[in-house]
Amino acid sequence: MIITVASGKGGTGKTTVAVNLALAIEATLYDCDVEEPNANIFIKADLQKVDDVKLMNPVFDLQKCTFCKKCAEFCKYNAIAVLSSDVILFPELCSGCGGCKIVCPYDAISEGSRSIGEIYHGKNGIEIYQGVMNVGEARATPVVAKLKEYVKKDGISVLDAPPGNGCPVIETMHGSDFVILVTEPTPFGFHDFKIAYELAKKLDIPAGVVINRYGVGDDSVEKYCRDEGVDVLMKIPYSREIAELYSKGIPFASHIPEWRKKFQELYEVIG
Amino acid sequence: MVVASGKGGTGKTSMVSSFAALTNAVFADCDVDAPNLHLILKPEITEKMPYEGMEVARIDEGKCIKCGECERACRFNAIENFKVIEEKCEGCGVCPLVCPVDAITLHKRVNGIVYVADTRFGDFVYGILSPGEEASGKLVTMVRKKAQEIAEKKGKDLIVIDAPAGIGCPVISSIGGTDLAVIVAEPTMAAIHDMERILKVAEHFNVPTVVCINKYDINEEQSRKIEEYCREKGIEILGKIPFNKKFTEAMVEGKNIIEYDEELGKIIREIWNRVEKKLGERQKEKT
Repeated sequence: MIITVASGKGGTGKTTVAVNLALAIEATLYDCDVEEPNANIFIKADLQKVDDVKLMNPVFDLQKCTFCKKCAEFCKYNAIAVLSSDVILFPELCSGCGGCKIVCPYDAISEGSRSIGEIYHGKNGIEIYQGVMNVGEARATPVVAKLKEYVKKDGISVLDAPPGNGCPVIETMHGSDFVILVTEPTPFGFHDFKIAYELAKKLDIPAGVVINRYGVGDDSVEKYCRDEGVDVLMKIPYSREIAELYSKGIPFASHIPEWRKKFQELYEVIG
Repeated sequence: MVVASGKGGTGKTSMVSSFAALTNAVFADCDVDAPNLHLILKPEITEKMPYEGMEVARIDEGKCIKCGECERACRFNAIENFKVIEEKCEGCGVCPLVCPVDAITLHKRVNGIVYVADTRFGDFVYGILSPGEEASGKLVTMVRKKAQEIAEKKGKDLIVIDAPAGIGCPVISSIGGTDLAVIVAEPTMAAIHDMERILKVAEHFNVPTVVCINKYDINEEQSRKIEEYCREKGIEILGKIPFNKKFTEAMVEGKNIIEYDEELGKIIREIWNRVEKKLGERQKEKT
């Protein structure tokens, strides 16, 4: 069973829900927010690097190159500039599609690679895998894809998704059995939740909602869920105690036992 | 200038929407996959442009001989059982290249919309990416170009950008080439971790940074850690904002805090004055 925790808007409590759920049901946790991975701040496992994320990069053989520009004309990412006696690659624009190598008539392009991120693994109570994209890189999706190679076929996996509704989020959600959408009852939270819900529907994955900071804002999220027939799986009230525990990197369900039980019940409902 | 944070939900958009009441700039929401600024600025749209980001491959089933060349060549695992998974397709053009029977072609698709609008605070440009589309960085660039055009046309010398969360493609497109990045931090271990990463991104792209601490009183010990960190790195802290439910109440009413609460508004006003001073210094450095 693969459960993805997503939200659209950032800072609504994805990591809080993913961490507390994984701890309560003893699942393996995957931090797919590779731009800003936070889950291990709460798990506190001693992480070891298990893999490098590499992207294919063209390498130009200037002895064979005739500077015909066919590669640059093919490249949709404008990652190659061909000058009169040199070829320049802009690596952060390159998607690693490999098209330039195929179009080169002189066999002057070979495959190199460069590292854009790393995969870590550790254990403290539960197992955690984490992807980290290198600072300055633009492409988070290949890092998520690599991390997902470690998702186990048996057992329960909880995936903590990045914010937004773009490519890295889709890569995370893809192949999940269930999506938990964490939102807050505010206009910003509601607006972005609707987009994330549309995305889950588009990918044909069943979804349920956790309303975090319940009690602030308004009732627009609840109304929408009622009208659309989306299950509200849990409401986490706004509480200074929970906020403070969060700020210190302590999962609140391991501190407040009745919440551990609530997360187990939540899993019973979706599992 | 750009307002960024690394971690989501630290208060970027609340900050930017308040700045809108304090300066006559062009505002641009570059958080294209989860835009929120328009919920406060309530734009009257004057122009609407489709955004065609990446093309998508299409396989002609009548021509396809099911040889599997395309599937083997695709680095994005976007072809399965001789069908294109549109959400994964980057439109790179490799599959039409390798197809021996010319059964694959690339097609344009609308990935989003760019809006130009009037608001009660002036000019506003924002982009909305269709859910699940690729290439949000390119849409950010389109929003910024449009904002630049308007600024030039109207003789405005400032553009204020609301950046997305994270540090990847759309964030780099939002920060690159700006004169100042205001980083909104929060005194939680997670947000501090993320702040350090976004500061590195800004440094990587040579953008000067200043920091504001939002909800500083949620954990004053962590707030001090942010202050220490910034002091060590020589990054100026422009202000500290207390946690207050009135920020959410203002949002529910569709207002910024300047409009909603005088006392809290004063804190933001002071931060804005310091931002303006900083921008003035940058202007001098450049000329």
